[in-house]
Amino acid sequence: MAKNVVEVAAAVAEAVKLCEPKIIPVYPITPQTHVSETLAKMLADGEFDGEMIKVESEQSAMAACIGAQATGVRAYTATSSQGIALMHEILYIAAGMRLPIVMTVVNRSLSAPLSIWNDQQDSFSQRDTGWIQIHVEDGQEAFDTQIQAFRIAEETNLPVMICLDGFVLSHVFEPVRFLTKEQVKKFLPDYKPEVSLNPSKPVSMGTLGTPEYYIQFRKQLQDAIKKSKETITKVNREFASAFGRSYGNGLIETVNMKGKKSALITIGSVAGTARELIEKESIGLIKVKSLRPFPGEELAKACEGLESVGVLEKDISLGGNGALYDEVKAALYNLEKRPNVSGFIAGIGGRDISLNDMEMVIKKIKSGKEGTEWVL
Amino acid sequence: MTLNEGAVVKEPGSSKINKTGSWRTFRPIVTDKCTGCRICEWYCPDSAIKVKETGGKKKAVVDYDYCKGCLICVGVCPQKAIEQEKEKR
Repeated sequence: MAKNVVEVAAAVAEAVKLCEPKIIPVYPITPQTHVSETLAKMLADGEFDGEMIKVESEQSAMAACIGAQATGVRAYTATSSQGIALMHEILYIAAGMRLPIVMTVVNRSLSAPLSIWNDQQDSFSQRDTGWIQIHVEDGQEAFDTQIQAFRIAEETNLPVMICLDGFVLSHVFEPVRFLTKEQVKKFLPDYKPEVSLNPSKPVSMGTLGTPEYYIQFRKQLQDAIKKSKETITKVNREFASAFGRSYGNGLIETVNMKGKKSALITIGSVAGTARELIEKESIGLIKVKSLRPFPGEELAKACEGLESVGVLEKDISLGGNGALYDEVKAALYNLEKRPNVSGFIAGIGGRDISLNDMEMVIKKIKSGKEGTEWVL
Repeated sequence: MTLNEGAVVKEPGSSKINKTGSWRTFRPIVTDKCTGCRICEWYCPDSAIKVKETGGKKKAVVDYDYCKGCLICVGVCPQKAIEQEKEKR
């Protein structure tokens, strides 16, 4: 199929449309709005068969997703920033009930001070909720991963959030190669859950977990999300053989690593900025695609033999470090020869990460420095 | 309880499997003043009281596997026939 020059948010909406969710409960919030607005138009124009519920808050949006998905249909929503923060309580319930809801998070900073601009504090802070959390770099990856998300969710019975950077990615026009309805139908089988709400065969979902059982359910969920790595890599492989596009192994992507002593580790659209420099600067790039499940073993393997790595992220776990920095460091601890690890907090609240910033970061990584610093 | 994904209970009646008697702090004790009027049976929120007939006399019988000790039965008994006693553990 020919490439379409589209706004990335519209490409995401197109991908969602092709997966035909039956229920879309949404509450408007910038910069997610273009995704749900485009879907609303598609529904009004009869492009696919579904229903949008205009709810009174994001907490209600996620609650409605749970109710809808429990009846045995696909539910989808999109949100950002304060919206996902308001969903927090319900995110745990969606995961605990093992409902394969799919959500797009258009990443935006959290108030206060009020900011509509991009960073990844909003989705990063939901990393303990039991959701699979996958970040994308560009429009094509957003389109493709959004479709994969439904497969991954439905094969693992885990909810999946696809995260893309607000404005710097969501509002950018890029050439994106779409798939046809028939292609997606072949790749994504009909959703037929083993258990769903049905008056003729009553079930209870997400019931009381007394102390004898609750911990076992939590372990079951942890085992499932750890095991979902296999599904994510499999879906990435099958997508590649069907449509000729893949993104690393689905969990991480390594670029320009051969013979390099250092690597820059990052996540989301800023990997695109890094690609401009890595060859000139003779440094490797490791793009983390899946934050949850965290690809610790894969990262350790990719970093084997390196002298230094640096983690650049648009997140800060206040009172700690950047969350990605901490996790990368923990993942590398068991390496026989550990590389030095530096951390860079950058791009928070929509501050541009320029090529000059990136050059400075790369120089520092190559120098083997350790510890975290802010790029201001 | 079986560990179905998502804490799903696929068949009705799971409340029988989960015995709740250990939650009890106070134990209701039905005395001989009981006339078997069944008011406590109707009020019991856990369906843990049944009036049974033994030797021609009707009497309320508490199922201590499920009685949580809310003591609603003590309050509603018109004969004041149900006493309470602190559980000893």
